[in-house]
Amino acid sequence: MNPKFRPLAATALIFMIAYGVCVFQFPAMWSTRVLGNFLTDNAFLGIAAVGTTFVILAGGIDLSVGAVIGFTGVLLAILISWFNVHPLVAFVIVLAVAALFGAGMGAVIHYLEVPPFIVTLAGMFLARGAASVMTQDSIPINHEFYSAVSTFYLKMPGGGRISLIGGTMVLVFIIGAIIAHRTKFGSYVYALGGNANSAALMGVPVERTTIAVYAVASFLSGLAGIVFSLYTSAGYPLAAVGVELDSIAAVVIGGTLLTGGYGFMFGTFIGVMLQGLVQTYIVFDGTLSSWWTKIVIGALLFIFILLQRLVFSSAAPRLPQLWKRET
Amino acid sequence: MNNNLFLRLINPQTIALAGVLFFNWLLFPGFFNVTWQDGRLFGSVIDVINRGAPVAILAIGMTAVIATKGVDLSVGAVMAVAGAVAATFVDSGQPLFVVVGAAMLIGLICGFWNGILVAVFEIQPIIATLVLMVAGRGIAQLITEGSIVTFSDPGLIFIGTGSVFGLPMAAVIAAVLLVLAHLLVRKTALGLFIEAVGVNRSAATYAGLRSKALLVAVYGFSGLCAAIAGVIAAADIRGADANNAGLWLELDAILAVVIGGTSLLGGRFSIPMSVVGAIIIQAMNTGILVSGFRPEFNLIVKAGVIILILVIQSPKAGRLFNFNFFRFAKSFALPSRDQHS
Repeated sequence: MNPKFRPLAATALIFMIAYGVCVFQFPAMWSTRVLGNFLTDNAFLGIAAVGTTFVILAGGIDLSVGAVIGFTGVLLAILISWFNVHPLVAFVIVLAVAALFGAGMGAVIHYLEVPPFIVTLAGMFLARGAASVMTQDSIPINHEFYSAVSTFYLKMPGGGRISLIGGTMVLVFIIGAIIAHRTKFGSYVYALGGNANSAALMGVPVERTTIAVYAVASFLSGLAGIVFSLYTSAGYPLAAVGVELDSIAAVVIGGTLLTGGYGFMFGTFIGVMLQGLVQTYIVFDGTLSSWWTKIVIGALLFIFILLQRLVFSSAAPRLPQLWKRET
Repeated sequence: MNNNLFLRLINPQTIALAGVLFFNWLLFPGFFNVTWQDGRLFGSVIDVINRGAPVAILAIGMTAVIATKGVDLSVGAVMAVAGAVAATFVDSGQPLFVVVGAAMLIGLICGFWNGILVAVFEIQPIIATLVLMVAGRGIAQLITEGSIVTFSDPGLIFIGTGSVFGLPMAAVIAAVLLVLAHLLVRKTALGLFIEAVGVNRSAATYAGLRSKALLVAVYGFSGLCAAIAGVIAAADIRGADANNAGLWLELDAILAVVIGGTSLLGGRFSIPMSVVGAIIIQAMNTGILVSGFRPEFNLIVKAGVIILILVIQSPKAGRLFNFNFFRFAKSFALPSRDQHS
């Protein structure tokens, strides 16, 4: 097997073993019904994680994901419930706002040469603050479009349902994988994450790519916000707190290097599913307390980064480098 | 050195602090009023240093970590763990020094764990500490068994709410820690070692520095600071809340360090300036509260101030606008390495 697929194979294998253990203990988990719920319940996380994958592949980081989801939800609820805008129009507006917001962060990162960690942290405060200023309460969304969407699903054999939002996530993953692995933009992203200086010397448009990467990430956070608002039928400024960490964890578990330049979109998908599996297992068990989710996800993170170290130890030794110097 | 002590006090951080305090005074004229009551001082300024103490303590440890080109995301979770340990120990009737000792020991262990992941396994600091950030809160809930453990031990409560010479205990602890840490890094070669590892770890190792041991010690120190902050936070509310204790404080601590002018790329650092950064953040929070603005504006103002400070500190903006004054002032703010040797 091509050694570059080894971490991905390891992730997939661990997911299959974990799922096998779960099914062995609770045979009911072996059903398309559970699989369908997996997709629906983790749809917003999955979509956000696709954006985070792009940012991390490019050697950056995006801490504003959860805040943008919260902001999008509130903006949607206000547009639909207070101003009677049709949901589809509202979707276009919030996606444009989110993409612009991301492009702004990318521009600050590129032109001011400030580490992405700090810029997106400021972005997180800004988005969360803007959402809280607009409203302090949860605004319900009662629109026939929302109720129509929630009843729409595809039936799988065995009674499982792929809801519209679950399907959207799968579609976003497929499109994300095609863009990352099969387009010019995708190779620019990998080149930038591998080594920004070499990429610039090779003729990669660093400026355009950096801004586009953060715009795509925020656009997908906005889409995740739409999905989250369809899922909960409400907009709440404190929704989705900490989702950025869950999506970073999913990306890392999926085998993508946090220093950038190496990773697979499919790995992130498994990372998201693995987190969903842990939660579902705890629900099925019933006696385990919710805090075990955090401990198990922490332990999984630890196992996967250790695994990556072992796989990459054959390559040339490189010192951990968190912040890339962009000169 | 003594001649330019006054000039060294003029730098972007102290100017920003003066600016924030001035705005607070404009919006709320009674901001600087301090009264003596029940054997302690009261007033908005005292509140700023009291409320700012936990973040200042975290920032002291975080400065050392960031100076080695790392970051410690787990400090908030370690605060929760230390608070949980302190609360459960005090409820089982242990004497105060055992309670505080156990909490600090657990903080050290958490820090060493991070340090070993970073130094020995060579994992990027951001994910190495992410492990404990995610799992730590779960561990804290495991210790408190999911509930908020309350206590009424006067000794432990004194750490969070007591006062010494009229000043809040939390601020006194932060000040003592600041002085100790500053002397430790500036009066010994330790600060130089930290900067050397932060600038170029391989070069420092080849020069004979035991960089692995140093990294483990630095992360251990950060964990210890987090544990102290955790005990203060738990004592302040007389209970250990595993879910909310220290939540998102790691971001405030990193912010304080960045506002303090320490580079995220490692190397040059200043612990006192990070503490000034923590006080700037708290002065903004308190200012917004006392001047009657809705607290929701807090985050937006915070984001605005970060962007402003980043623009001022950004190398490109400096070249673009030729911000000579700040460069001039900055050269005094953080003495370069050769001045210290």
